[in-house]
Amino acid sequence: MGAIELGPVWLSLQLAAVTVVVLLILGTPLAWWLAFTRSRFKPGVEALVALPLVLPPTVLGFYLLILLGPAGPIGRFWVQLTDTALTFSFQGLVVASVIYSFPFAVQPLQNAFENVGRGPLEAAATLGARPLDCFCRVAVPLATRGIVTAVVLGFAHTLGEFGVVLMVGGNIPGETRVVSIAIYEQVETLSYAQAHVLSAGLLAFSFLVLLGVYAFNRRLPINRI
Amino acid sequence: MSTLAIDVRLSRGDFSLRFDAELQLDGITAVFGPSGAGKTTLLRVVAGLEKGAAGRVALGGELWQDTDRRIMVPAHARHLGYVFQDGRLFPHLSVEGNLLFAAKRSRRRSGGGPPNPTVHSTCKPPAERSKRRSGGGPGREGGARTASETGLSAVVQALELKDLLARKPDTLSGGEIQRVAMGRALLTAPRVMLLDEPLSALDARRKAEIIPYVERLACDFGVPVLYVTHNVDEVARLASSMVLLAEGRMAAMGGVAEVLERVELWPITGRLEAGSILEAIAGESRDGMTSLDVDGETLRVPAIGVAAGTPVRLRVQARDVAIARERPGQLSIRNVLPARLVRIEFAESPFVELLLDVHGQHLRSRVTREAVEDLGLREGEPVFALIKSVAFEGRLLN
Repeated sequence: MGAIELGPVWLSLQLAAVTVVVLLILGTPLAWWLAFTRSRFKPGVEALVALPLVLPPTVLGFYLLILLGPAGPIGRFWVQLTDTALTFSFQGLVVASVIYSFPFAVQPLQNAFENVGRGPLEAAATLGARPLDCFCRVAVPLATRGIVTAVVLGFAHTLGEFGVVLMVGGNIPGETRVVSIAIYEQVETLSYAQAHVLSAGLLAFSFLVLLGVYAFNRRLPINRI
Repeated sequence: MSTLAIDVRLSRGDFSLRFDAELQLDGITAVFGPSGAGKTTLLRVVAGLEKGAAGRVALGGELWQDTDRRIMVPAHARHLGYVFQDGRLFPHLSVEGNLLFAAKRSRRRSGGGPPNPTVHSTCKPPAERSKRRSGGGPGREGGARTASETGLSAVVQALELKDLLARKPDTLSGGEIQRVAMGRALLTAPRVMLLDEPLSALDARRKAEIIPYVERLACDFGVPVLYVTHNVDEVARLASSMVLLAEGRMAAMGGVAEVLERVELWPITGRLEAGSILEAIAGESRDGMTSLDVDGETLRVPAIGVAAGTPVRLRVQARDVAIARERPGQLSIRNVLPARLVRIEFAESPFVELLLDVHGQHLRSRVTREAVEDLGLREGEPVFALIKSVAFEGRLLN
């Protein structure tokens, strides 16, 4: 067995970490809005957020390719801004991963905020807490479980994605060749030993992460939500 | 004394609230009415928790809301304390954490100083006064200490929270939760306390335990209380004045005894057996009985366990008062008060309500129309009121 190629592993971890950060930044306000709004647009937004759950990755990847490509509206803007293309780049992968993993982060967050409910937030407001204060000191602690779930699912789902990455990112070592792509290539080239190492590694890692989450959730003091 | 001026409108589905009144807040003011009358909604509007409410809300010189002028002070900037029906303690914080949450934020609100017990002249009812004074309020002289420290220790002492500080809310009983919730609200240095049926989730015994603490909010800390309830016994026990709400409108406002006695309001106050409130001074207790002094007349009741000299409030139901033209002898009813018949109120039933005057206090009696005719009762005449049973404040809540 030759030297194990760790490049794809690091790339995958980087991608997943950056994606999770972006997911939290974008997903939290949206999940908050969905949890508390009475707007008639809510069902439409919810359906839009959930789309990646049901669409084949190829469909998503295809449209993302068009959207992010140098001729597409987002891609063109990106080229003007940075002089580089979004497609077949790490940044492009981040954008694609965020969209693909969006429901996996937004839905647990929304559920968590809905479970917190207006009650504690109103109580905090009558005690003099400003909205951001309410969010940080009351909503976040009470929604910890949902936030952890969102982070883990977002992270794990990004690690495991394949189709969208292949279509938007291709297979450029050090730039877009993540673990799942590397495994695919190793299998294609019949390097089963290499594929075994990465696959088993991914399997074990995913299991341990999920185990950690479930164990953590069990020990969390607020079991009622 | 402060004035809470409310002129608000709120519609939601079939329900609409239209309330326009100036409440003179002093001591405990009850907001009373049947469920669905809009009591809680009114309280939420005052607190700024109902975004859809149009109109004006002002406490004293402080304008909280005037939607015509696009003014809407958010809930967190209104100087009020709100005690929710279910307490709404933060489950992730200990009792102490809950209290500190409020104490830390009280400084951000301008105005009101830290809550400190100050003996309030308008306190009523004054039961247990002496006991409380001997406990002594810290803080009045504590100018050197920081605001939140003084407030916190005073509140912890007044509401007897010391033993609960380390506990988590999910280990507290319903009564303890409400005590902590009251303390927490008090620590924001509110100019008014809004209590939304704080006793409704408690059983009778727990209610009786909590009631003295509610009185302390108004008495020891001098914070006027707006108290929502659908329980007339709580009104009679706690409040000095009341607002009567029905179907989102104000039906009456005034002193508790005065409002509860108004015949035309009985369809609303109806579920309660009409009655009256007597103020008395407790005398010596002996052989399981206590003597109560009602303006020189004596009532004998089963021992109520308060010290001699303590003023108490009694509730006497109209159906428990019989009438005699002459002082009767050879009677099992021990309590007979000389009275003057002030008014005879005929209603569309075989029953008649009599309003009696006992040395300036009002007493109601419910007798049959036939009895009035047989006895030849006329307004202005002296009669004797035979009282079958008396409910003492604490025991009303059974």
